[in-house]
Amino acid sequence: MLFSFSKSINKTSNYDGFRFRGKKTKYTSWFVFRKSYLRMNRIHYLFNSKNKRVLSIYFTAGFPKLEDTVPVMEAIQAGGADIIEIGVPYSDPIADGPTIQDSNLIALENGMSMKKLFDQLIGFRSKIHLPVVLMGYLNPIIQYGMEDFCKKCKEVGIDGLILPDLPMQQYLDEYKAIFDQYGLVNTFLISPQTSDTRIRQIDENSDGFIYVVSSHSITGAKKGISEEQVTYFKKVEGMGLKNPRLIGFGISDAETFSTASEHAQGAIIGSAFIKTIKESQNLNEDIQKYIQSVIN
Amino acid sequence: MGMDCTVYMGELDIHRQKPNVERMKILGAKVVPAVSGSKTLKDATNEAMRAWINNPVDTHYIIGSVVGPHPYPEMVARFQSVISEEMKWQLLEKEGRENPDAVIACVGGGSNAAGAFYHYYNTPEVRLIAAEAAGLGVSSGKSAATTALGTPGILHGSKTLLMQTEDGQVVEPHSISAGLDYPGIGPVHAHLFDIGRGEFVAVEDEDAMKAGIELSRMEGIIPAIETAHAIHALNLIEYRKDDVIVINLSGRGDKDLDTYIKWGGY
Repeated sequence: MLFSFSKSINKTSNYDGFRFRGKKTKYTSWFVFRKSYLRMNRIHYLFNSKNKRVLSIYFTAGFPKLEDTVPVMEAIQAGGADIIEIGVPYSDPIADGPTIQDSNLIALENGMSMKKLFDQLIGFRSKIHLPVVLMGYLNPIIQYGMEDFCKKCKEVGIDGLILPDLPMQQYLDEYKAIFDQYGLVNTFLISPQTSDTRIRQIDENSDGFIYVVSSHSITGAKKGISEEQVTYFKKVEGMGLKNPRLIGFGISDAETFSTASEHAQGAIIGSAFIKTIKESQNLNEDIQKYIQSVIN
Repeated sequence: MGMDCTVYMGELDIHRQKPNVERMKILGAKVVPAVSGSKTLKDATNEAMRAWINNPVDTHYIIGSVVGPHPYPEMVARFQSVISEEMKWQLLEKEGRENPDAVIACVGGGSNAAGAFYHYYNTPEVRLIAAEAAGLGVSSGKSAATTALGTPGILHGSKTLLMQTEDGQVVEPHSISAGLDYPGIGPVHAHLFDIGRGEFVAVEDEDAMKAGIELSRMEGIIPAIETAHAIHALNLIEYRKDDVIVINLSGRGDKDLDTYIKWGGY
């Protein structure tokens, strides 16, 4: 019944019936909202079912060893995190502190590249059900070709992108249509320096989650979260944004994760995780232990 | 003005331009070495930008080159434009004409070139010649010849020509001159190259050093090694005997004495 109905819609729209087979929805509202359902991917499903203490873990592809990419993802999932952010290494990561600079450099020395990463990611969806986003600087993506890149992301099963050096205007003018075509959710970052007007623009043009940079800083864990930061989290919390928010930069342990989660849907950990896996002799065990220590 | 000043400089450049470092310290600046990458200009720019990200409220980022995010390239070019403004009145005084046949300037990021070209951009009869650093040779793998080797890419917040791998990783540049040791050029220069308005020549380390000595003996001016590249460019272009050519002497060689001494070929 559902299937035949979707077929009939297909005649007059671009509706892709396959994606929502089995989704229990009343036909009336389903029809009205089908545009937003069209864009539903794992990120949307996650925030629809969980809006507290969402933990996203960032790591650098090909680090600490070239072939660790997928095993690290498996361990992150087994440990109980909710989103995986794969960092695409770049020679000049200007938004990153020493820890992630170092992991980028090592990954590149290990031989990581965009092509290599996509090769590693072929078939990862048979093991990983969590939403997976790629985070990286624009240049390696531009060299790969934005359209080819997005196409490849969809092919292997990537859900979203975080490109800190992609300005919103360039995104809207040049890339949004491509992201949409391949079902990729784009995430913008805001910081304490971002004006309310800009935050609202970003909210308007986002359709997944907003990355709330916790302080004006590059990546790399500082100790604790200050009063001033909490005031800023509360301000953003009070703006009534339509997108969920994840707080990142300076989140490193159970305490900072919990504080951040009080004022947003969850938080993102990067540098502290990189430090954990850098010296690890048993990645799978150490990763699970670390994530457990953060969420419990 | 009671403002603190922190200067980020590649560790290698701190060594090779010691007098400049000491001069900055005498004037009260704090000089912080950048130790990543090839420890030169690109890496210092990375560190300065990171410092700015870390201190956006009480700190203002400034840069002397025409690279980086908008509006920095435009601002720096406008400040440097006093160079071509002065060229015009000096030429009028000495040659009875405001426009030379050619202007030659060295290009790393390209601030002095931007200033020297500025008032001639829309005067097509004035040739704009940019000397970039070929290092040990354009195809040696040790050079900073961006227009010869670069492809469009994004670094430090601007899209420009960039020396990079096929995979979009920035290639570490090399030049004997600290100021030209940068893997990109200002976006305006990339545009001049693109539309054919600028003529770009690549000058090797050795030729630049010799040109520096030649000017020292001829005029009694020891040029900065950056500038020495522009001087050698004269040997690489064609011109008529009665052409009026301006070479922008962008800097003195005092800061580079260490490199001149180590090179020793004088």
